[in-house]
Amino acid sequence: MISRHQTQQVAKTVIWVAALSTLAVMFWILYQVLEEGLPLLRLEFLLDSPRQMGRTGGIFSTIVGTVALTAVAILIATPLGVGTAVFLREYTRESRISRVIRFGTDCLAGVPSIIFGLFGFVFFVIFLRMGWSILSGGLTLATMVLPTIICTAEEAIKSIPYSFREVSYGLGATRWQTIRRVVLPNAFPGILTGVLLGVGRSVGETAAVILTAGSSFLMPDSIFSPIRTMAIHFYILAREGISMEMAYATGAALILLILAINAVANWLMYRYVHRG
Amino acid sequence: MMEDQIKIDIRHFEFDYGSVTALKDLNLSIPARQIFAILGPARSGKTTLLKSLNRLADLIFGTRHRGQIFIDGKEIYGEDVSLPELRRRVGMVFDLPTPLPLSIFENVAYGPRLKGNGDRRRLEEVVETSLRGAVLWEEVKDRLHTSALRLSGGQQQRLCIARMLALEPEIIMLDEPCSGLDPISTASIEKSLMTLKEKYTILLVPHNIQQASRVADRVGFFLGGEMIEEGPAEDIFTRPKMKKTEDYISGRFG
Repeated sequence: MISRHQTQQVAKTVIWVAALSTLAVMFWILYQVLEEGLPLLRLEFLLDSPRQMGRTGGIFSTIVGTVALTAVAILIATPLGVGTAVFLREYTRESRISRVIRFGTDCLAGVPSIIFGLFGFVFFVIFLRMGWSILSGGLTLATMVLPTIICTAEEAIKSIPYSFREVSYGLGATRWQTIRRVVLPNAFPGILTGVLLGVGRSVGETAAVILTAGSSFLMPDSIFSPIRTMAIHFYILAREGISMEMAYATGAALILLILAINAVANWLMYRYVHRG
Repeated sequence: MMEDQIKIDIRHFEFDYGSVTALKDLNLSIPARQIFAILGPARSGKTTLLKSLNRLADLIFGTRHRGQIFIDGKEIYGEDVSLPELRRRVGMVFDLPTPLPLSIFENVAYGPRLKGNGDRRRLEEVVETSLRGAVLWEEVKDRLHTSALRLSGGQQQRLCIARMLALEPEIIMLDEPCSGLDPISTASIEKSLMTLKEKYTILLVPHNIQQASRVADRVGFFLGGEMIEEGPAEDIFTRPKMKKTEDYISGRFG
């Protein structure tokens, strides 16, 4: 007979192995890219524009492209997503319209990014005549990250105790005052998590971006300019055999950028939670 | 005569949560500037009655009411009633301490700020007066800007009373404000109730029968959503008319 103690031991081992494997895979990938890429990562590389198709020079215009594209996507998706989540939790009960919205976002969340790219290409690039541009790409990425932001924001709002709202209404607050002063501030850390997931997906996306923002590595001068993101630069360098060293260096820079974004966000969240 | 001035007039009022009726055909007049204690075992409709008076109960989906409630002669379920204004006039303290995750100062200033009262000096005055009214000022005056969540349970409950006083209401409703409090905090809350009733009409769901007998002017006994009996406190406690009231007061059920 298996004793309760033995099951306990087995469960503990399985859970430890799972956690350690996750860590190991993560570090292995990081090590692989950083080992090849970091030695080539110099300030000139970051601040110089690509030359000879990227065989020499740097990646400055692709950093600008990545940041601009992600910023446009997040600035569009965050208000829409948080607004939808507030609508779903605070302005409607479970009803047909809320079920339709939730079904829609669940479906969107499962759609592969290349489909978003195709949609963006047909709708924004061709039909709305935005061409390959930061705007087309940003709008496409916004539709792609919207379900994540809606879903995490809704969870965050749902987890706020009903008593907080009751107290706020009881003190003479209107619905909007309650949302602004109680619901949103308390949901902020959760909302930020969703936005960060969106940032991560936007920064790393290639398929949807290449179809909607183009792959020009010239410096953009407005949101109507086409751009090349770091992820796409990496893809083209590696795929077309232009330069594996440059590809790894770009990959390393991309990883560092994502780490930096996460560090800043964590710091923001820490500051927010420990305020006052 | 001032004592007989009716503040709240409830006529044939009923309240349902879905298919469950929580209050049945309630007729009750509550005089101004007295303490009215609502007595009764769990699930007898006490909290529903309080939340019907500031209309927090009908925030919940699937609730219905019938009948009327008048405050100062004005029907509060009427169409032109401003809910924020009603809730400022009828302040409520819940049975569990419910500080918002804000500083002590911001908790008390929450209500006044909603009215757009942003003047710092005025706000500081209101906060101090309200905290003094709830017998909390001396304990927290040096740490007004620390989180309210760090206060003890008793202090949190008095903070909720202060937060309600900051609304400058006319009616104050306290739903078991002393549950989970030590006897010293309870005594200080009861003491402040005696001063508060000079200015306010107070509805109290007492934490036990003894508390009702110490502070109440009038008492209503509720059971299963019905008001069994209502009258001056001394009558209810010394010569109740109904058998059920007598059984409850003498502790035969609860």
